[in-house]
Amino acid sequence: MGNEQKENSNKYSIIIPTYNERLNIALLVYLIFKHLPNVNFEISVVDDGSPDGTQDIVKQLQSVYGEDRILLRARPKKLGLGTAYIHGLKHASGNFVVIMDADLSHHPKYLPNFIKKQMETGADIVTGTRYVKGGGVHGWNLMRKLTSRGANVLAQTLLWPGVSDLTGSFRLYRKSVLEDVIGSCVSKGYVFQMEMIVRATRKGYNIAEVPITFVDRVYGSSKLGGSEIVEYLKGLIYLLLTT
Amino acid sequence: MKHILKILALLVAISACWIGLLQVSVIPESYTWLLPLYFIVSLGCYGILMVGVGLMQFPTCPQEALLLHQDILEAKDFLKNKGVDVGSN
Repeated sequence: MGNEQKENSNKYSIIIPTYNERLNIALLVYLIFKHLPNVNFEISVVDDGSPDGTQDIVKQLQSVYGEDRILLRARPKKLGLGTAYIHGLKHASGNFVVIMDADLSHHPKYLPNFIKKQMETGADIVTGTRYVKGGGVHGWNLMRKLTSRGANVLAQTLLWPGVSDLTGSFRLYRKSVLEDVIGSCVSKGYVFQMEMIVRATRKGYNIAEVPITFVDRVYGSSKLGGSEIVEYLKGLIYLLLTT
Repeated sequence: MKHILKILALLVAISACWIGLLQVSVIPESYTWLLPLYFIVSLGCYGILMVGVGLMQFPTCPQEALLLHQDILEAKDFLKNKGVDVGSN
């Protein structure tokens, strides 16, 4: 199997916001190193003062992998996702930035696909999509799939976003592009992810997609209730009117 | 141009066509008056259809859970040997 890996002189800063991800962060770091053997990267863990000792685990990982490969960017308490990315960006030395979740729903085995896609297309942003062939979701019941699909159709109709998965948060950004887009985003949570990609589309950035599989929350629990739906609709209207 | 302006422009164009049809009377007026209603209902039906189709074709990946489980075991094994605490959350 010929490995035609082109000369990749890029450096990738992988920013991972964490809150109480003591076990998952260790597993995730191992898998990242496993799947990016010949890539120049650093991992930036932005931890919001986790009471479960996540930061101690990160320090243990630093002694295994090196403090130049794993950066701990701690914050005193939960301060929101957008500011977590900004905080991670501040000392990121890569020219590309990857954002991903800490709970293992985003599998590092797709990182080479992101990188390859970006190099092939010269894209400014490569976003992972769960909703195309080759991608997929595991762990969602019918109701959850229905809400997701309904939300997606509504967003596609209203916003014409140019991507198939709006709320996904597994993405590769050119660092300058992330800095540009993040400055104009004000939403919270997954509406923030939507705002990022819609603003990027409006600004004319080149966005490519790669299929990813998403295994929902191995350890811990993930909820989608009425309040989330209301937040989503409010977010959609906001994006409709302001982007 | 803001996205909302594009949509409004589209709606204005459609409305202009509708008013034009009313004026020209190629189609019986009673029918023409109902066109906006038909349009909205069609849009709604299209939306429901897209949701249904998407739901049926929703890509799932049950094997991924198994693969992830294997990855986790491998990771725990490696990390334990390196002295990282991999006790549960």
